[in-house]
Amino acid sequence: MSENLVAADAEAPDTEAPATEAGLAARIRSAFESGEPLAVCGHGSKAVMLRPVQAAHTVSTRHLSGVSLYSPSELILSAGAGTKVCEIEAILAAQGQHLIAEPPDFSALYGTGGAPTVGGMVAANLAGSRRVAWGATRDHVMGLRAVAGNGEVLRAGGRVLKNVTGLDICKLLTGSHGTLAVLSEVTLKVLPAPERRATLAIVGLDPVRGVAALAAALGSPYAVSGAAYLPAEAAARMPMLAWLGGSVTLARIEDFAPSVVYRTDRLRGELASFGAGEVLDDGATRALWSAIGNVAPLALEPSGDAPEQAVWRVSVRPSAGPAVAAALAAALGARWFMDWGGGLVWIAAPATSAAHAEVARVVAAAGGVWILMRAPDSLRVAVDVIPPEVTALARISRRVKAAFDPKGILNPGRMRAGM
Amino acid sequence: MIAQYEPKPDVMARREQILAGLRLLLPPTGVIGEALRLKPYETDGLAAYRQPPLAVALPETTEQVAAVMAFCHAEGVRVVPRGAGTSLSGGALPMADSVVLGLMRMNNILDINYADRFAVVQAGVTNIGITQAVAERNFFYAPDPSSQLACMIGGNVMMNSGGAHCLRYGVTANNLLGLKIVTVQGEIIEIGGAHCDAAGYDWLGLLTGSEGQLALVTEVTVRILRSPEGQRAMLAAFDGIEVAGRCVDAIISSGIIPVALEFMDRPCIHACEAFAHAGYPMDAEAMLIIEVEGSVAEQDDLLGRIKEICRKFDPISLKVSESVEESLAIWKGRKGAFGAVGRISPDYLCMDGTIPTSQLAFVLRRIAEMSAACGLAVANVFHAGDGNLHPLIMFDANDAASFHAAETFGADILRLCVEVGGCLTGEHGVGVEKRDLMGVQFTEIELDQQRRVKSAFDPDWLLNPSKVFPLKLPAMADLPA
Ligand SMILES: Cc1cc2nc3c(=O)[nH]c(=O)nc-3n(C[C@H](O)[C@H](O)[C@H](O)COP(=O)(O)OP(=O)(O)OC[C@H]3O[C@@H](n4cnc5c(N)ncnc54)[C@H](O)[C@@H]3O)c2cc1C
Repeated sequence: MSENLVAADAEAPDTEAPATEAGLAARIRSAFESGEPLAVCGHGSKAVMLRPVQAAHTVSTRHLSGVSLYSPSELILSAGAGTKVCEIEAILAAQGQHLIAEPPDFSALYGTGGAPTVGGMVAANLAGSRRVAWGATRDHVMGLRAVAGNGEVLRAGGRVLKNVTGLDICKLLTGSHGTLAVLSEVTLKVLPAPERRATLAIVGLDPVRGVAALAAALGSPYAVSGAAYLPAEAAARMPMLAWLGGSVTLARIEDFAPSVVYRTDRLRGELASFGAGEVLDDGATRALWSAIGNVAPLALEPSGDAPEQAVWRVSVRPSAGPAVAAALAAALGARWFMDWGGGLVWIAAPATSAAHAEVARVVAAAGGVWILMRAPDSLRVAVDVIPPEVTALARISRRVKAAFDPKGILNPGRMRAGM
Repeated sequence: MIAQYEPKPDVMARREQILAGLRLLLPPTGVIGEALRLKPYETDGLAAYRQPPLAVALPETTEQVAAVMAFCHAEGVRVVPRGAGTSLSGGALPMADSVVLGLMRMNNILDINYADRFAVVQAGVTNIGITQAVAERNFFYAPDPSSQLACMIGGNVMMNSGGAHCLRYGVTANNLLGLKIVTVQGEIIEIGGAHCDAAGYDWLGLLTGSEGQLALVTEVTVRILRSPEGQRAMLAAFDGIEVAGRCVDAIISSGIIPVALEFMDRPCIHACEAFAHAGYPMDAEAMLIIEVEGSVAEQDDLLGRIKEICRKFDPISLKVSESVEESLAIWKGRKGAFGAVGRISPDYLCMDGTIPTSQLAFVLRRIAEMSAACGLAVANVFHAGDGNLHPLIMFDANDAASFHAAETFGADILRLCVEVGGCLTGEHGVGVEKRDLMGVQFTEIELDQQRRVKSAFDPDWLLNPSKVFPLKLPAMADLPA
């Protein structure tokens, strides 16, 4: 990885981390008054995602931490935005529950050390492989507290599972990467964790057949909750798959133990025309899908003189995944794998603006969207890191941004240049 | 009569010109101006409020919607979007100077894709219409509001409607992939598509549940799901409301999330049984409808676990449906609950607050006390797993005092919901009905923030004004053009 990526790892010395929401509001208010931009972070685990922020000061939510409410029978948990995701996962696991969207941990992808916070998870709308069946983080944010760009404290949503009172500001702030308001507390819907998991792995399919198998799996009545395809090169990097020797098409089932046994068996029968299929047990399944969510199949070890690799996260209709991957492999020598039944394509290719333009072109032609997830600063400042919006929507975006952050002081330029 | 913003005198004065202008944009039958023919549009599912509009426009294409919006924008005319008009919060109530823009003629299914598991439908397709269109391949569209025979997907999107099965499958917002919208200025924009998750701001999420405040929806891309192998319902009857509530907690704490977990109290059980003949337990104070899905063996396993839990709470009876017909009858009673109450009382108001489920027993007790104090009967039916209450307050609309008492009782229930940590509306929306209670849940700062978001889409407040936000012309923030 390049120098500047590693540098972002270390916490900036002038980072301020208020101990209370009121302190955070006062800090933002003063920035509002002086018009001085602020970079916003938790522990900085995603500081190198999207565009670099031009700000002399950084404000961190890491001290707004701790679980303030957890009611397992109500499926509700509230925590300070700076609470580490791993802490929350441990608290939930003790009650047999889990975070529904299976948020990935990108610290390996980014080479950053900081533990991901729940505020960052919401601000980036993370989702792992379970997205395909159970939604992304956006689907489970029930309430938020946040400080807008003028220092005002806002509450959105609440602490109940169904709420349509007023505009859904929770959805708007989720995935807004700290550009509208700084989250101080989040309230999430949680669910019982499955008693058992298993994965059906079919070896040796080409990408188109693989995605067809995944479509059949996701279109089956067996509640498949993970559907990925790894080409042979990516599978070889995964210890729990390497022994299979070839590309792997993976379908996960999670439920009560008897259901998992029954459904895996039925699914294997239903997909028999695609190949025999191996069944991976609970332990292997856990390790495998956590690695897939964390983008381990692309893991980019520092490799001497090789040109630096950028990483894109591409979302398309599932059946378009193989063609997008093939086009970029041919044009750029890209390495890739697919999740979400083919609908999520992770791409690694040389970090050049020509490669970026090619990714954007191919994905747009397939009707999908892309995020430049990892690249050197020089590339991240030079290009759009997410697709531009059409004129009418861009106007609405600017006005919504101004409605929350009138002076444009929060994470300026993080999602789009000049905004 | 509920207060709305004053009609604009210049618009009222130009009525004929506006009708003539609309007639240039739409097919001959697409513009309605005659008083008699405006009548069906003067109210929605909240029939206590009525207001004939200036005109009704019924476009057949997105381009026609865009043309009408551009015209109304240029003329400064307010627009009230309308689907099937089943809103229970007065969300589609017209204003005297408004054009009602009805989407019911846009009722085509444009694309069904089983491999990618989505369907693209026009806003006027009914909720059940989507499921019917994909049923031959054993797929379905998950959110199932009780009004699903009539209500339209555009209305579902704008209300973020739920249904009996949203405990497992989520509400409308969790089952959408894309929208085609028309802005107040008449621009057509595609939001999302057949893929998951936007890269920029979550416009799909913001638009869903926005009650016609931000834009018109003309097309919707929904996720379709494969139907489970089978499903089966059971009834559990208890002799107390509190013990039934504790049983709900125990089921969820055990790690089982049934696909549906519905609650009815005694008045509601009696009203529904009279209509559905579902074999509901007439001696019970509270009844749960619990549904599970999967293969027969899986159903047996789950129902076995659930029965075991229920037995700890001294049920009066536990009855597992033995046939498809029996399950259908159980659901006929539940889905027809509002109508059933309508048969025993001339009129009813349906409340829709959500509470933390731990507060269930307390809130139901308080509602019973309030009911006794104001002399109006109430029947309770609700989504127990998620705490979304539907107290049905019975009153007589021909008696102004009775209506007033019902409104006051309803508002008190909603205040109570907020007090115990819940919210004003779980799925029916704010509309005009709960507009003036918004200050109970939100601070003025929070409401102004939401008003600024509306202004970002609709700077002149032409789209469905008088709804959602307490009447107050917004201090126009200087948002960039
Ligand atoms: C008997 C009965 C049972 C019900 N059960 C349920 C239930 O179980 N769950 C539930 O959630 N709701 C329920 N409802 C409420 C209602 O059916 C829903 O809110 C439904 O989604 C409204 O759809 P509609 O097509 O009738 O919309 P309308 O009532 O016509 O409009 C609803 C709102 O959306 C706006 N709107 C409509 N279409 C568009 C569009 N295309 N573009 C922009 N804005 C638009 C309108 O201006 C209005 O504000 C029930 C209602 C009844 C009468």
